[in-house]
Amino acid sequence: MKIAVCVKQVPDPEARLRVGADGAWIDEEGVAFVLNESDEYAVEEALRIAERTGGEVIAFGLGPERTREALRKVLALGASRAVLLSDPALLGGDALATGRALAAAIRQEGADLVLTGSASSDLGYAATGSVIAGELGWPHAWLVMGVELAEDRRSVRITREMEGGMNELSAVVLPAVIQVQAGINHPRYASLKGIMAAKKKEIREVAAAELGVDAGRLGRAGSRLETVSVALPVSGREVEWIAGDAAAVAAALVTKLEQEAKVLR
Amino acid sequence: MSRFPGVDFVEFDALLTEEQRMVRDTVRAWVEDRVKPIIEECHREERTPLELVPEMGELNFFGSTLSDYGLPGLDNVSYGLIMQELERGDSGLRSFASVQSSLVMYPIHAFGSEEQKARWLPKLATGEAIGCFGLTEPDFGSNPGGMRTTARRTADGWVLDGAKQWITNGTLADVAVVWAKTEDGIRGFLVEKGTPGFTSSDQHGKFSLRASTTSELGFHDCHVPADALLPQSGGLKSPLMCLNQARYGIAWGGLGAAMECYWTALEYAKQRVQFMGQPIAAHQIVQEKLAWMVSEITKGQLLVLQLGRLKDAGRLKHQQISLGKRNNVWVARECARLAREILGANGIVDDYPVIRHMLNIESVFTYEGTHDIHGLIIGEAVTGIPAYNPPRVAEKAGKSKAEA
Ligand SMILES: Cc1cc2nc3c(=O)[nH]c(=O)nc-3n(C[C@H](O)[C@H](O)[C@H](O)COP(=O)(O)OP(=O)(O)OC[C@H]3O[C@@H](n4cnc5c(N)ncnc54)[C@H](O)[C@@H]3O)c2cc1C
Repeated sequence: MKIAVCVKQVPDPEARLRVGADGAWIDEEGVAFVLNESDEYAVEEALRIAERTGGEVIAFGLGPERTREALRKVLALGASRAVLLSDPALLGGDALATGRALAAAIRQEGADLVLTGSASSDLGYAATGSVIAGELGWPHAWLVMGVELAEDRRSVRITREMEGGMNELSAVVLPAVIQVQAGINHPRYASLKGIMAAKKKEIREVAAAELGVDAGRLGRAGSRLETVSVALPVSGREVEWIAGDAAAVAAALVTKLEQEAKVLR
Repeated sequence: MSRFPGVDFVEFDALLTEEQRMVRDTVRAWVEDRVKPIIEECHREERTPLELVPEMGELNFFGSTLSDYGLPGLDNVSYGLIMQELERGDSGLRSFASVQSSLVMYPIHAFGSEEQKARWLPKLATGEAIGCFGLTEPDFGSNPGGMRTTARRTADGWVLDGAKQWITNGTLADVAVVWAKTEDGIRGFLVEKGTPGFTSSDQHGKFSLRASTTSELGFHDCHVPADALLPQSGGLKSPLMCLNQARYGIAWGGLGAAMECYWTALEYAKQRVQFMGQPIAAHQIVQEKLAWMVSEITKGQLLVLQLGRLKDAGRLKHQQISLGKRNNVWVARECARLAREILGANGIVDDYPVIRHMLNIESVFTYEGTHDIHGLIIGEAVTGIPAYNPPRVAEKAGKSKAEA
C-alpha cells in the first residue's frame, strides 16, 4: 500500500506571538516551527498501516523552505520519501489553492490512501483535506478517531466521534482521504537511528509548473480568501468574589460558568 | 508549567546541524513526557526507573556514537546533546546512559574480542543487558592507579580478588567491566552476574543521585574464564580512555542540569509577586542571578560545542575534557544554588526540580574526576608540573597517576 500523509509546519503553540509588519500574519522572527499536532497522529497512523501491510509512506508538505524540517522529521519517524512544495508560486494560498496543489502532487505520485490531521493549529480552517478529496474525486472523512484497513485492502473502516458521546462507524472505499483527530494513537518518538537514516532519504521538490495546474489557480493568485488582519486577544483583569458557604459558592459558580463564561452547558 | 523551550541566548541553535537539533528535540520530548512526570517520586523512593530502560534502548540512547552492530553512529555533538537533555531530566538517568554507553559499551568495543562484542553490544544497546564499570575502590578514588584488586592467571582463566566501591548500576548489572592489577599491569575483565565469588550490594543513605543505583562489588576467589579478559586493554590508560568518553558527556550533562534550574527559577521569578505588586523578577538582585546563570550556560554551550567538534576531528585532548567537565559541572552547581535561592522556601521541596538537581550535582562534582583533580590536570597542562603527584614525591612513592 502506498500511503500519502500531508503535514504542515505551524508556529510552536508555546511561542509568544507578535503581529507582523503587514498586520495579516505573525512576525516569524524568533518563532520556532513544529509539526502540526494532529498531523503527528496522521503520520503515526500511516506508519502503523504501512508496517502492517508492508507498504510505504510518502510525506507531502506545502509551505516555505523551512517545511523541509517538518518533512525530515516525518522521514526520521519512518516515512520512506517526501515531496516538498515550496515554490513561491504555491505559497500564501487559501485552503482551496493549497489543497489543489497537494492533490495534484499526490495524483502524480499515486496513493491508495491519503491521511492528514483534522486541522492546522495556526489557521484552523480544517478544509485542506476536504479540498484534496474533492480535487481527486475520492471519498473523505473528517474528525476520524480510528482507522482499520479491511482484509482485502480495498476499504477502511473508520470511527468518527459525534456529538453527545456517539460514535459513527463507516466503511470508506479506497482510495480515500482521511483526516484524523489528535489523540487517536500514541505518536512514536524518532529513534536516533531513524534520524540518521532520514539524512539519506529523498525530499523531492516539485515546482508549481510541474503540477499541471493553471498558475492562476495556485498560491496567492488562486485564492478566494484573503486574511485582512490578525490581532492578539486582549486579556482582561476582572475579578469577582463570590461569598457564601461552599454549596452556595459552588451553585453560583456553576451558573456563572454556564451563563456568563459559557464554558459549561 | 509550560514546556522547556531551551536556552539559546546567542543563536546557538544555528551552530547545530539539522540532525543534531532533531536528536536533541527527540530526547527533550522524551524526557518531558516520560521522565519528568515520575522523577520526583523516584528520587523520594530511592528508585532507579528501570521501566524507562527498554525505551531508551529502542530510541538508541545507548552506544549511539558507535556505528557497527546496527548502532546509529552519531557524531559527538549529538551524543553530548543527548546527555544534556537526559541530565535536564535527572543526573541519575544521565549516569545510567553514560555508564552504559561510555564506560561499558565503549571499552567492550575498543578493547574487546569479536566474540565479546557480538555477545554484549547488541544486548547492551537495547537495554536488555545492563552494564557497570568498576574502577574506584574503598581506598582508591582520585588515585585509581593504586588499586588493590588483583587478577591472577590460572591454567584455564583468571582469579579476581578485591573490592570496588561507588559503582553505578553495580547490583543491576548483567556484566561488570572490572579493572584489576595483573602481573603485566592493569587489565579489564568482563565479569558476569552470578559468577561464584562475585557479590554486590547497594549503598543506601545517599542524599544525591537517588534515582540511580550505587553499589559495592566484592571479588573473593572469583574464577573467570580466559575469555573474560578484554584482550586489547592494557595499563591505567585503558580505563582513563573510557573516563574521557564519559567526562566529555558530563560536560554537556552539567549544562542540562543548569538549564533546568535556570528555567525553573526564571519562570518562578516572573510569577512570584513580593513587594509593591512586583514579580520578584523585577528586583535587580534577582535579575543579576538570572543574568549570571544564562551567561554561564551560554559560555558553557560554546565550550562543549568546540570540544565536540574537536572530538569528531580526533583532536580532543584529555586536559580539554577536564576543562569542560570542571567548568560546566561547577556552573550547574552554582545555578542550582542560585535557583534554589530564587525559589525561596519552595526551593527546598520537590514540587520543583531544583533541590533534586542541587543534591545530584554534588555526586557529579565528585565522580569522573573531582573538580579539584580536573583543576590539577589543567594545571599540569599549562605548567608542566603534575601537582597531584609531584616528581620528587613520585620518585619515593613509585609511579602512580591521579585521574579517576
Ligand atoms: C554517585 C556516585 C557514583 C559513582 N559511580 C562510579 C562508577 O560507576 N565507577 C567507578 O569506578 N567509580 C564511581 N564513583 C566513584 C568516583 O569516581 C570517586 O568518588 C571519585 O573518583 C573520587 O574519589 P573519592 O570519593 O575516593 O575521593 P578522594 O579521592 O578521597 O578525594 C577526596 C577529596 O580530596 C581531593 N583530593 C584527592 N587527591 C588530591 C590531590 N592529589 N590534590 C588535591 N586534592 C586531592 C579530592 O579532590 C576530593 O575533594 C562514583 C561516585 C559517586 C558519588
